[in-house]
Amino acid sequence: MDWISPRALNRMGMLNMNRRNVDYISRYNERTSYPLVDNKLKTKLVVAEYGVRTPKLLQVVRQQHEISHFREMAEDLTGFAIKPAKGSGGKGITVLTGRDGDEFIKASGDRVPAAYLERHLSNILAGLYSLAGTPDVAIVENLVESIPGLAKYSHQGVPDIRIIIFQGYPVMAMLRLATTASDGKANLHQGAVGVGLDIGTGKSLNSVQFNRPITLHPDTGLALENIDIADWEEMLTMASRCYEATGLGYMGVDLVVDINEGPLLLELNARPGLAIQMANGRGLLPRLRAIEALKRHHFTPEQRARFAMETFSSQR
Amino acid sequence: MTSRSRVPFFTAIALLIVAGTALAIWRHVELGIPWLTGEQRPVWMVEARIDFNASDEPVLASLNIPEQSPGFRILSEQAASPGYGFSVVEKDGSRRAEWSKRNVTGPQTLYFKTQFIPDPNANRDRPRRAPKPVSVFWEEPQATAVREILMQAEERSSTPESMTRELIRLMQPDTQAQNTTLLVSGTNHLDLLVRMLNHAGIPARTADGLKLEDARRRQGLTPFLQIYNGDEWLTFDPKSGEQGLPEDTLLWRQGAASLLDVVGGDDSSVSFSILRQTIPALQLAAIQSEENGFGFLSLYQLPVEEQSMFRMLLLLPLGALMVAFMRIVIGIRTSGTFMPVLIAVAFVQTNLLPGLIAFTSVVSIGLLMRGYLSSLNLLLVSRISALIILVIFITAGLSIVGYQMGFNTGMTVTFFPMVIIAWTIERMSILWEEEGAHEVFVQGAGSLFVAVCAFLVMDAPLSRHLTFNFPELHFVVLGLILLMGQYTGYKLSELRRFTPMKAYD
Repeated sequence: MDWISPRALNRMGMLNMNRRNVDYISRYNERTSYPLVDNKLKTKLVVAEYGVRTPKLLQVVRQQHEISHFREMAEDLTGFAIKPAKGSGGKGITVLTGRDGDEFIKASGDRVPAAYLERHLSNILAGLYSLAGTPDVAIVENLVESIPGLAKYSHQGVPDIRIIIFQGYPVMAMLRLATTASDGKANLHQGAVGVGLDIGTGKSLNSVQFNRPITLHPDTGLALENIDIADWEEMLTMASRCYEATGLGYMGVDLVVDINEGPLLLELNARPGLAIQMANGRGLLPRLRAIEALKRHHFTPEQRARFAMETFSSQR
Repeated sequence: MTSRSRVPFFTAIALLIVAGTALAIWRHVELGIPWLTGEQRPVWMVEARIDFNASDEPVLASLNIPEQSPGFRILSEQAASPGYGFSVVEKDGSRRAEWSKRNVTGPQTLYFKTQFIPDPNANRDRPRRAPKPVSVFWEEPQATAVREILMQAEERSSTPESMTRELIRLMQPDTQAQNTTLLVSGTNHLDLLVRMLNHAGIPARTADGLKLEDARRRQGLTPFLQIYNGDEWLTFDPKSGEQGLPEDTLLWRQGAASLLDVVGGDDSSVSFSILRQTIPALQLAAIQSEENGFGFLSLYQLPVEEQSMFRMLLLLPLGALMVAFMRIVIGIRTSGTFMPVLIAVAFVQTNLLPGLIAFTSVVSIGLLMRGYLSSLNLLLVSRISALIILVIFITAGLSIVGYQMGFNTGMTVTFFPMVIIAWTIERMSILWEEEGAHEVFVQGAGSLFVAVCAFLVMDAPLSRHLTFNFPELHFVVLGLILLMGQYTGYKLSELRRFTPMKAYD
């Protein structure tokens, strides 16, 4: 058994679960804003007003009887994703990349019949994946097709970029790459690779899988050292805008870069995880405290992104 | 901002904890509720036995019984006397037990039993109205002798107490002067003292004490002298002049009334047997709380059925505390937040090992059946409903198999909350599909581990005792839980999880 001393963690300013819950989430996140982020459908509508784009909404399934229409709708679709509106942690998300006759092809390559998807929709409506087990709606979205520069690093799934936004300032970011172990999902605890990104430049820092440092992607074998995200400042600004849209003081913003549409917001998270610190190799606390210590906050998302890039860059 | 906003919070927590502890201590002191389960308290059982010869007439036997005895409290009273009417009556400020019967002949025996608890602070005899000395008439030549002796005693004393001591000393055989010899001859020594003290303006009376010794039979009463010092009645040994009542002596009769009157019988006598018993301190407290006025604060007043329900219910906070500690400070993952408490409650009723076996077998059989259910393409609600029925079948099956094999513990499986188990199976099955068997194992083992810890805490005799008899201690538990809700330090599991950070330090 290997342990790290609490003193060393304090020295690095590692944010822990209890402090995140008490000092940040419960203090800066209004309870009334939660439904906005816990419901992907509401998120889509609300951020659209602030000029934040999301994957195109194809269909919303609200009632059990609507499921029968799903087959008709899916007739002329090739790639789409079915998501529970109130799902969390990527639970219940099914990504379909194509079809072969009557069968659909999942991102993992498995073939599933339409009946499988109908049952999946029915499960979503019954609230199997929703946070409190409450009845839910299923949304069907256009499939995001990642830009090749990033897609080549990811195995099967679409790589996404998680940015922690604190009081409107981007404080830490990472790139999440799906692996075989994560079954095409970008969840770190399921085995996805997390690549820390320098807030100042959008260049990769460290990489971790299952909380352990790695240098090569386990499936693609590509080196993870020299990833550079294009249009970094634009992405930070976009993430920063979500603060105005939701009013959440502490949240995780998940972005993807679509080959046709550019950066899109995938989802917001009011309780972002702590593994981002491991991917970056540094703690969140010094940055959070720096924002808390600000006498006057910047008004526009552009200013805040700029400020964060200057302040939190590891190049300095 | 951080420090200021938390001051009222921590004050409230401190208040909660202090209030809970203080209330518990107060109830311990005031009601004598013991801290530990097995504590025993001595109780003296005194049995007065009255013998007399009835002479074929209506009989009325009347025995003086104690109302308040300094240093003791009465726990119970009981009379045994076949065929006699019995009642306790108040007469001239003293309590008397009265037996009556119309036609009686031959030797008769009546019993009166009382239980006393020693309590040094109980019943110090402070009359509400100060007694007045009784006026006494003396004939010559006693009058002169009395005056002479009282003068001597008065000269060498300052208070009623010292006066009494001096007088007793003067009346001793070896110090007897001519005057006293004259007085003592042919008179009762104690009565003489009482009369002389009353004559000197000090209210005085006699009292009968019973020396308490375990397993004594046919004991008689020892006479004592009591004087009133303006505040309370003080007891003296009329022989030695020693002030105060010996610790092991119970005053059975105080005041002027006679000890025993028998109408319609002769040759009457009263004797006492004494037995030292011990009863659980808790039972004692329960009996006393009924009379005490603080009784409304305890749960002993409830019907027994509700009491046993509360015994169970009041254990839950301990389980919740355990879960909070395990999740917040240690960082053990469980499936469902309070699932472990519910499992632990079931364990409390089934016992640990049978409970563990039953729980794991129900859940694993359920998981197997759930695998079949998932291939049926059912809606979620009906799938869980079906699972509930299956769980009931599984528990029934296990109970029957267990019973046939001779373990009647199998029957107690039914204490598990069925709906909760069904949900657990459903969640674990989905967890299995989505995150793999490893995660199911981690969360399942975590839940069971926390449940076993919670069970061990809840099942300890001490915690069963404390939670029920000192419900106010739950304020302390509440305070601790609130305090943990403010814990922002690292979880034990995080020290392990963040270990790779060593590389960047």
